[in-house]
Amino acid sequence: MATLVDPGTAVAGEAAPRVWWTRRRKEALAGYVFVAPDLLGLLVFVGLPMVLAVGVSLFSVDGFGGYTYVGLDNFRQMAEDAQLWQSVKVTLTYMVTFVPIGFVVSLGLALLVRDHFPGVGLVRTMFFLPHVISLVVVGVVWQFLLADKQGAVPALLRPVGLGDVSFLGNPALALGSLVVISIWFLMGYQMLILLGGLKDIPKEYEEAARVDGATSWQRFRHVIWPLLRPTSFFVLVNSTVGAVTGLQAFDLVYVLTKGGPANSTSSVVFYIYQQAFTFNNYGYAAALTTVVVGFLVVATGLMFGLTKGGRFDVG
Amino acid sequence: MSVRLRALVGYVLAAVTVAPLVWLLVTVLKPADELFEVALPSRFTLDNLLYVLTEVPIGRYMLNSLVVSVAVTVVALVLHSMAAYALARLRFPGRQVIFSMIVSTLLVSLPVILVPLFLVARQLGLLDTYAGLILPAIFHAFGIFLLRQYYLTIPRELEEAADLDGCGYFRRWWQVVVPLSRPVLASLAVLFFLANWNAFLWPLTATRDPELRMVQVGIATLQGQYGSAWNYVLAATVIAAVPTLIAFVLGQRRLVEAIKTSGLK
Repeated sequence: MATLVDPGTAVAGEAAPRVWWTRRRKEALAGYVFVAPDLLGLLVFVGLPMVLAVGVSLFSVDGFGGYTYVGLDNFRQMAEDAQLWQSVKVTLTYMVTFVPIGFVVSLGLALLVRDHFPGVGLVRTMFFLPHVISLVVVGVVWQFLLADKQGAVPALLRPVGLGDVSFLGNPALALGSLVVISIWFLMGYQMLILLGGLKDIPKEYEEAARVDGATSWQRFRHVIWPLLRPTSFFVLVNSTVGAVTGLQAFDLVYVLTKGGPANSTSSVVFYIYQQAFTFNNYGYAAALTTVVVGFLVVATGLMFGLTKGGRFDVG
Repeated sequence: MSVRLRALVGYVLAAVTVAPLVWLLVTVLKPADELFEVALPSRFTLDNLLYVLTEVPIGRYMLNSLVVSVAVTVVALVLHSMAAYALARLRFPGRQVIFSMIVSTLLVSLPVILVPLFLVARQLGLLDTYAGLILPAIFHAFGIFLLRQYYLTIPRELEEAADLDGCGYFRRWWQVVVPLSRPVLASLAVLFFLANWNAFLWPLTATRDPELRMVQVGIATLQGQYGSAWNYVLAATVIAAVPTLIAFVLGQRRLVEAIKTSGLK
């Protein structure tokens, strides 16, 4: 506390240091007691698993929990694992399509519903609605809508002559469908965050630009875009992390395609799940986890370095 | 864009966005033989919903989800609020280090640590128990982080007044800070409840016992079991979505605030 110390109190404090000392000690004790449950929980259910992944990655684990030390064998196995590289490719393809397209769509929606028009609140709610529904429900619904020959989407495409396209059965289209469905699910959420950023930009700035004769594109490019940068950065980091390790990379894949057809939608996190819980290769799955965690640590460090701790000079 | 054009584009896009959900609702009210027809049903029927409610233990699944979601939400709010108060207000050696450690776990999501978390839960005997569904879901840095940011904005004078009245740290937290943070706690409550009701991966991994199935796992199981009996699977998804829609309608404003502010850090 930066309160001014009354000289009288300071003298009194010197005369009785024990009182001041216990007070400080009490505060520290209270602090530890208050933090302890959460800290312990995070250590056991987040920290310990991260450390454990490294340990287990050096073992081969059988279905009954028997551990055999195998050194770096699990890591060597990765190099020759074609299915792993396929899943890396899937995750990267998903990332480089979902992140930018999703961002542009979300920003477009945010700009569209930024200012008042009749029913704007309801329109925002409707954009957000898919995000309230669970990914499992989303997966089931879209599987139904995209069903070969029978689904509503092929039925609507029939007049155009595309009715027999198989969206989830065709390796070339399945991942694309996954990207579109993910955007549908997440665009309302990202729109809300961007809307928060847009609302923080003072209207006067745009008015001033308008008075100076700036077109709407110029106002966006030179006023809104630079001032929205911190929020955009947050959204982009969030959706990049989500694309690689988010729940959508597992739940949607599990319900919609089970990784198929021909592993065309098997993301890295889905592949790790399969290795552990379908094939009982816990050791190998732990080794893959270690690599992903290592990748995350490096990526986070890089991001922090590049952005000076996530801080931007606004403007 | 003129206001009128913007409004028109907004209405059309919003209608397209919710169309799949409206389609879902219409479909479960159709007779089974008209399921795939792209048209309104010849008659509306509750058969599909009634079948799922009576023939499938969806009530049991929803009860499990309710127990777990409410337990996680309540316990998490209490623990996160305490920790956040200490991290925002109390001075103790190591506070900064502890806070950095907590924040650094923000990037670690469940799918990343799923396998080792499963091994930890197995060692602790948490598999196939309610505790195993609840405990790992409680500890997440997001809530602690958001509450701490909020507590930094509460004027110190209020606490100092309580201090002068002889309140200890526990009462200062419970009787001054918690009542003042009711809005943000409500926002987080909606967020936590929805996240846990919609949780799939951990309940899928941590339980084998059908009695412990949470509702999302229940739906996925139906999807496997009933294969092409789409009317039942879809009816189950509609029933499972009802509590999320209620939570959303009741807490919409709070939820929106929480999401908007989460982007401003």
